[in-house]
Amino acid sequence: MSVQVVSIIGAVIAVSFGALGPAMAEGRAIQAAMEAIARQPEAGPTISRSLFVGLAMIEAMAIYCLVVALVLLFANPFVK
Amino acid sequence: MISPLHESTLLSIGPVPVSGSMLTSVGITLVLGIGSLIIGRSFRPEPGKLQAILEVIVTTILEQIEEVTRKDGRPYLPLIGTLFLFLLVANSLPLVPGLLPPTERLETVMALGLVVFVSVYFFGIRRHGLWQYLKHFFQPTPLLFPIHVLSELTRTFSLMMRLFGNIMSHGLILGVIVSVAGLLVPIPIILFGLLTGVVQAYIFTILATVYIAAAVEDHPKSQGHDSKESVRP
Repeated sequence: MSVQVVSIIGAVIAVSFGALGPAMAEGRAIQAAMEAIARQPEAGPTISRSLFVGLAMIEAMAIYCLVVALVLLFANPFVK
Repeated sequence: MISPLHESTLLSIGPVPVSGSMLTSVGITLVLGIGSLIIGRSFRPEPGKLQAILEVIVTTILEQIEEVTRKDGRPYLPLIGTLFLFLLVANSLPLVPGLLPPTERLETVMALGLVVFVSVYFFGIRRHGLWQYLKHFFQPTPLLFPIHVLSELTRTFSLMMRLFGNIMSHGLILGVIVSVAGLLVPIPIILFGLLTGVVQAYIFTILATVYIAAAVEDHPKSQGHDSKESVRP
């Protein structure tokens, strides 16, 4: 296999498995936030702001995987 | 395929190359700045329509800042408000045919991330003084100094890559869908992209506020007590 093919496979694996974990984590976070809002509707704005910040933190993992995939595809140091 | 990491030069003024994203961001800055200057000149005690809209925007942003920082939000309002309005306009720019959002290029988001990075230190040092602020790097033990430095750098990097990744990948997805199915199919995706842009503008701004709030916090150790007291009715 050439370097290009390995890079493409690597990029696909990075994005697919990198999306898996954050998706589950975001699902759990939203579930917990929804339950909290249903129990205490008056705390809704505070909870949803914390939820957004937390989701952004979780999403950073997926973004890192996207960055790795982009570097492999477009700025690969091993492809001349 | 054109790389999303590469920026092409439109024209060059002397030795300075000018790219499309730079032109659009300068354009947004000019439009927002001159617009608010014109509206701000004609402020009256009885607000007209434009002034009422502007007052609602400014007070909403101020309330959000004060809820996060839990103190007077006016010192941070110029920076945070400008960031939010700039990002809001920049991310919804593809609604204008022929224009691309400047935030889908690495240079723009890098500049924005650096602004947040520097302003966190600026506000922290202005609040606590240079020595007192730098001391928090060595709390609770000096062993954690490398971890503190690493977290400062990676949180700025992820702040910048989050905005870039979301906006740029939406452009890529739109390109793929247009090349597969041309008419009418991309419209829901464009609407979804508008939502993404607004949410990302909000997240970037609220994270910048959280970072600044952490830098100007009075007693970083007593954070647990604060949250307990706020729960008490």
